[in-house]
Amino acid sequence: MRARTLLPVMAAVALLALVPVLAPPFYANLLVPFFGYGIALLGFNLLFGYAGLLSFGHAMFLGLGAYGAAVIAGVLGIKHFEVVLAGVALGALLVALPIGLLCVRYTGIFFGMLTLAFGMLAHSILFKFYHLTGGDSGMRVPRMRILGLEFADYNKIELLAGPFYYYCLALLLLAGLLMWRIVHSPFGLHLRAQRDNAQKAGYLGVTVGRFRLTAFVISAVYGAVGGAILGFRVGLADPELVHWTHSGHLVFMTVLGGFGSFLGPIAGALTLTLLQDQLQSLTQYWRFVLGAILAAMVIFFPRGLAGMAGDLAGRLRPAKREAPA
Amino acid sequence: MSAFANLLVGGIFHAAVLFLVAAGLQLVFGVQKIVNLACGSFYALGAYFGITLANLALGAGLPAWTLLPVLIVAGLAMGLVGPPIERLLRTVYDRDESFQLLLTFALVLMFQDVLRFIWGPNPQSLGNVLLVYGKVAAGDLSVPVYNLLVIAAAIAAAALIGLFLRRTNYGRLLRATAENRTMAEALGVDVRSIYAVVFTLGTLLGTIGGALVVPTAAASLDMAIDFVIEAFAVVVIGGLGSMSGALVGALLVGLISALSLVLYPEFEILAIYLIVIGVLLLKPSGLFGKPAT
Repeated sequence: MRARTLLPVMAAVALLALVPVLAPPFYANLLVPFFGYGIALLGFNLLFGYAGLLSFGHAMFLGLGAYGAAVIAGVLGIKHFEVVLAGVALGALLVALPIGLLCVRYTGIFFGMLTLAFGMLAHSILFKFYHLTGGDSGMRVPRMRILGLEFADYNKIELLAGPFYYYCLALLLLAGLLMWRIVHSPFGLHLRAQRDNAQKAGYLGVTVGRFRLTAFVISAVYGAVGGAILGFRVGLADPELVHWTHSGHLVFMTVLGGFGSFLGPIAGALTLTLLQDQLQSLTQYWRFVLGAILAAMVIFFPRGLAGMAGDLAGRLRPAKREAPA
Repeated sequence: MSAFANLLVGGIFHAAVLFLVAAGLQLVFGVQKIVNLACGSFYALGAYFGITLANLALGAGLPAWTLLPVLIVAGLAMGLVGPPIERLLRTVYDRDESFQLLLTFALVLMFQDVLRFIWGPNPQSLGNVLLVYGKVAAGDLSVPVYNLLVIAAAIAAAALIGLFLRRTNYGRLLRATAENRTMAEALGVDVRSIYAVVFTLGTLLGTIGGALVVPTAAASLDMAIDFVIEAFAVVVIGGLGSMSGALVGALLVGLISALSLVLYPEFEILAIYLIVIGVLLLKPSGLFGKPAT
């Protein structure tokens, strides 16, 4: 990582680390879902930005994370968040392998539709099998120990705004570093090669299907970890998490931030989390505003916030040219 | 036996409405290669406006038999949202299909709130007008005539679309554009106007479908995002871009959901998705579609 990328990232991390200290607990609490979405979108963008596969059913893996947390901590009673994370990661691996195997045979609109169908299949299972999943009222995700510590003196808000906040920040950093290594490894290069020209990459020896499948599984694991964080924060896993409109929101955040860049989706998650909170307190018609923003981004700034920032930086420093991602 | 027959008619009615919306989706995809997620929103728009207009018309003293024409007029009127939306979509015709999909998703979000703004958050319904045309009874089987009229209207629409696409000159231009846009344009076809017409027609089919359904069901904000998934199932089963596929797909989805509703309610939507996934895996182009790429 060069200094030009590293410095703003370190500044952002320092700023995020200061939020619980400087701001009221409300803001730290508000940012917890951002960490969940940030991790999920790191994985989502491996699939969308780097592998070129737009999934419209990715929310099913966030749901898997949340429902996994409800099952492991609530039903089985293992109230350790690390166990939950390991469990949902394994679960995502097991679910994503067969689904991915079937989906990655296609690209473009067919991949999107197949993932959408699988996502809605998951939604209708969660929604309809009331005795197993609680139907539309969902399943409770109980409070858990993190790092084996109870934090008995903290109420839920204090836990979320304090220890859990830093836990999630660390998790996001870890997930980000790991993803940085993944996309800059030969694996990442292969993924991009098959995205730009699958046939040519195939002739050059890239096992296209296997690379796509691996990307699909990794993104599913990231999604499940993000979903577990969302479940812990709300204390509930409900079928809306898996609805296709939620998958749409994941795509929204990614495009808002810019899927052509590594950090774009995280910026998108942060922006949308804060924006949605502000809009919801201002108007009950916040969906309209979000839709208008999405339309404007798609039409005028298809490279997202990251692209805008890149253009701005390029204008300030005309001598240096931005290297392609 | 009569319960089964009732079920069958119910399923076919559902299929008739599904066909109208799915036909709009197919037309737009076939020619413009855009998967329009907002087709469910057009459906909801038609439904809400249908209720408003029918209440106005019947309240103003128009005879009850005007219900069907009034609803069709409501659907036609709401088709007017088509051209401005087509103008918006024109900005992304040259982009990747994921951007086009996202723009229609943005429309879904915006329509949700437009409907909420105009008609409020509570479901709206038309009151007791389903039986204004009476009903047909044969043994234990009894079907509102209205439902039969809608089924007939959907069949007429299917026939008209088929004639339009196959027999008229404009239909041929339209199919040529669908086949090869660049070639059609090079031969002097005004692709821009074709796109505008096709999208408006697609919108019309959605809004009319929505308007026709309101005597039998309430209009709610969720109907947009629920129905688009069903319409999507229809086009996937039938094959993207194929009109006969839409017809067969609509019948399949309509009948299966009616059947499973009785046999095993948990399976209602589940069964449809399983068929969708099965079709996508075995024959991704659908039953009547062209090979996938």
